[in-house]
Amino acid sequence: MGSYILKRLLAAIPVILGITVIVFLIMSLIPGDPATAILGSYATPENVEKLNRDLGLDKPLVQQYFIWLGNMLQGDFGRSFSLNRPVLDEVLERFGATLVLAGTSLVICSILGIIAGVVSAARQYGVADKAITFIVLIGISIPSFFLGMMMILLFAVNLRWLPVSGMYAIYGGGDLPDLIRHLLMPATALAVVATGVIARLSRSAMLEVLRQDFIRTARAKGVTERNVIWRHALKAAMVSIIPVIGVQAGFVLSGAVYIETVFQWPGVGRMLVTAILTRDILLVQGGVVIVAACYVLFNLAVDVAQSLLDPRVTT
Amino acid sequence: MTAGDVAPTPQRRRPAAGAFLKLFLRNRLAAAGAILLTAVVLLSVLAPLLPLQDPYAQDTAQKFLRPFSPGHLLGTDHLGRDILSRLIWGTRLSLVVGLVASFGAAFFGSVIGITAGYFGGRTDNWLMRAIDMLMAFPYILLALAIVAALGPGLVNALIAVAVVNIPFFARNIRGVTVTLAHKEFVDAARLAGMTDLRIMVSEILPNVLPVIVIAMSTTVGWMILETAGLSFLGLGSQPPVADLGSMLGEGRNALITDPHASIVPGLMIFVIVMSVNLLGDGIRDALDPRLRSGALTRPMARTIVDRNAVPQPPADPALLNVQELRTEFRVGSRTLKALSGVTLQVRPGECLGLIGESGSGKSVTALSVMGLVASPPGVIAGGAVRYAGTEVLGAPFSELRKLRGDRISYIFQDPLATLHPLYRVGDQIVEAIQAHHAVSKSKARARALELLEAVRIPNASSRIDNFPHELSGGMRQRVGIAMALVNEPDLIIADEPTTALDVTVQAQILSLLDDLRRERGVAILFITHDFGVVAQLCDRIAVMYAGRIVETGPTAAILADPAHPYTRRLIACVPELGEGQRELHAIPGLPPAVDDLPPGCAFAPRCDKAQPACRTGEIPLDAFGSERAVRCLFPESDQAGGAA
Ligand code: SF4
Repeated sequence: MGSYILKRLLAAIPVILGITVIVFLIMSLIPGDPATAILGSYATPENVEKLNRDLGLDKPLVQQYFIWLGNMLQGDFGRSFSLNRPVLDEVLERFGATLVLAGTSLVICSILGIIAGVVSAARQYGVADKAITFIVLIGISIPSFFLGMMMILLFAVNLRWLPVSGMYAIYGGGDLPDLIRHLLMPATALAVVATGVIARLSRSAMLEVLRQDFIRTARAKGVTERNVIWRHALKAAMVSIIPVIGVQAGFVLSGAVYIETVFQWPGVGRMLVTAILTRDILLVQGGVVIVAACYVLFNLAVDVAQSLLDPRVTT
Repeated sequence: MTAGDVAPTPQRRRPAAGAFLKLFLRNRLAAAGAILLTAVVLLSVLAPLLPLQDPYAQDTAQKFLRPFSPGHLLGTDHLGRDILSRLIWGTRLSLVVGLVASFGAAFFGSVIGITAGYFGGRTDNWLMRAIDMLMAFPYILLALAIVAALGPGLVNALIAVAVVNIPFFARNIRGVTVTLAHKEFVDAARLAGMTDLRIMVSEILPNVLPVIVIAMSTTVGWMILETAGLSFLGLGSQPPVADLGSMLGEGRNALITDPHASIVPGLMIFVIVMSVNLLGDGIRDALDPRLRSGALTRPMARTIVDRNAVPQPPADPALLNVQELRTEFRVGSRTLKALSGVTLQVRPGECLGLIGESGSGKSVTALSVMGLVASPPGVIAGGAVRYAGTEVLGAPFSELRKLRGDRISYIFQDPLATLHPLYRVGDQIVEAIQAHHAVSKSKARARALELLEAVRIPNASSRIDNFPHELSGGMRQRVGIAMALVNEPDLIIADEPTTALDVTVQAQILSLLDDLRRERGVAILFITHDFGVVAQLCDRIAVMYAGRIVETGPTAAILADPAHPYTRRLIACVPELGEGQRELHAIPGLPPAVDDLPPGCAFAPRCDKAQPACRTGEIPLDAFGSERAVRCLFPESDQAGGAA
């Protein structure tokens, strides 16, 4: 098990390096003088020259890349000119908020999606199956940002059950119940599409597994039908559901950019959008690299979870 | 027991009707999607011809008019512009952008995919590595990075969305190209001196085109949504031009006071994406033959029972009494009659060998006893199964479940497929105990260990924590036997338990079963195609052919003097009992398909004693001597006067 994790960790290194290369190449597409682009149009000539020196922008592209990479490895992602603070600090702070939102969403969509898929498969062609299939179809067709806006209208404006936006109340907030009240709508809105996708896949994975011989064995043993479905079949189906959850994590993280904007959640997605609009290039660059690298590590964790479930993977 | 007992048996035939209804419904939904999408596309194509107001004409005095205001069917936005007009023009823009992005992704994805797949080797390796890197990003990060570099704007957003979707196309198309790259027609083209480029364009491309089209149809909805999303964030279309996303983004600023400016474009995006999804699902389902054949249905907890009457209980007080059992497979409008009236008895402590070729219905008989025939499509259409005098087919499920694995247990053929791959073998045995007895886990485990030792698994105390894939085939089958024995059943139904094993292991397993039977006095219904096995283990034999029992009697008597021509031929095929290849394929001709049985004797086409009388009317299973019975008009016998 330990050697398996190590192997996966080593395999993640070239992927993360590849990510930095791609981001670097994309950023080199910026038209005009990069230093001016990074510092904005109000940059003084001295500042431009200093940045050129720091980032080696006057050197060939390959050298520039390694200077940039070396800086990042030392934890130096540059300074955001619009916020006037180190990129790393800003990104990490914002990423925490995103993790709370996306993590909650991922938990919601995994649990609801799997339950819906299992019930749907167990009652194949029954009323519950048809109802779930229909709801799922609507769920995967609603743009999350539109759904979020409609939820604000209904639950915050009309019913006044939940706060309109933000992560904490400005006055007297900051505790866990306050966070949960703020989290409820954005996390749900963000989870809807992924829930639908996971439900669909869980349903077909369950149908596939329920036809297997070992299910017949379980029934022949006299195992109750509830255990046949929720233990035997679901455990085997999880082998194909877990990778789907890994993929959906990427979609949830992506959807967070919209949801954070709709609900003014102080996360990294909204930060990136603002940074693009203010042309804060270093902040975008650092944010993208850090979040993408974390996503790679998350997928690694998914693989490890998979190997814990399925002993055939590591041997 | 009377016919009244049939009433509570669950769902008859409903699943088949349900499957049909669902397909129908799906098609209707798909049609609804097609109609909606056509309407939206028509509206946007015809936008210049429609009597719409100028989408850019501002009139701040008229801002935020509600829908259904005079002159503004859907109201006006924050600058007093007509929402209906902006909606239709915005839809037009969104569709165009989504389509162009889709074509762009398809084009570059295909170029990469075909190049990688055609050249293979290092080119393939490097290109696919690069594609994998792109896929390592959550898609929006990549899109955001591209927009950040190029600057916000609709064209840049379009480029970003297209780039993000290239890997999907590249991977799919590479996969298809790889299979094509070494086909004969490609080699021929190469020999004819065509350049690689020409081969790719004129030979490969036409063949991957369908894949490209399907990939486009599944992603175009996404791309419309993604570009709308970027516009919503303010990174796509810039004012005053508006696609659906930026309309929604602008409307959001007045969400609370004037929600209609958000709801209208939001609903439009929803309608487009939903209709694309409906259409896509419909097409996929229609293309999936498994859906129509019912191969995607899951078997239920018990076989559906749909019979008109329950036979009277027999006089014979056997442990297991199977009477006139008729099991069918109903697939769509077709009905395959796997069993046409099987009757057999197993007495306490007795071993009955049920023998026949594959397709004769012996396994279906075995599985029908405890309602384990996969259903749908399996249906028990008639007959009765009585265990110790109680009819089980019509019994409530809870009663049936209590018998399964406790009084009647099963051993299956392939223990790798029949044991759960993700549970330790010990836990699987423990579960079999706990399904029927409220004992603690540690007690159950001790019992499991005891059984593993009894079936002679070496090192049982460490093997108990192995997963099935860590054991050899013979060990796995011993686990299967231990699991069947664990609740001290009265009857074990063994469905070809040694077929998947090699000959030495077969012999070991058989002698194990024989010992266990003598020690524990358990009855066995042994399903096999192998006379050698039967001779070694069974007291009596029942020979099956085409869903019927054609001969039954004591093992020694039948082996010495088979009465049915089929049995005789089976035995003649066995080279030397207990040795070598004992498969039953040496008989000329094929067993009949059970959906196409000839009238009269099913064996007639392969029987060299067949007479015209054999081909008319039902042939009964008649007594033959005192302990035997045979279903043949002209039974063979060395002893004269055996026939009744
Ligand atoms: S009934 Fe006729 S055809 Fe059938 S096995 Fe007997 S002799 Fe052959």
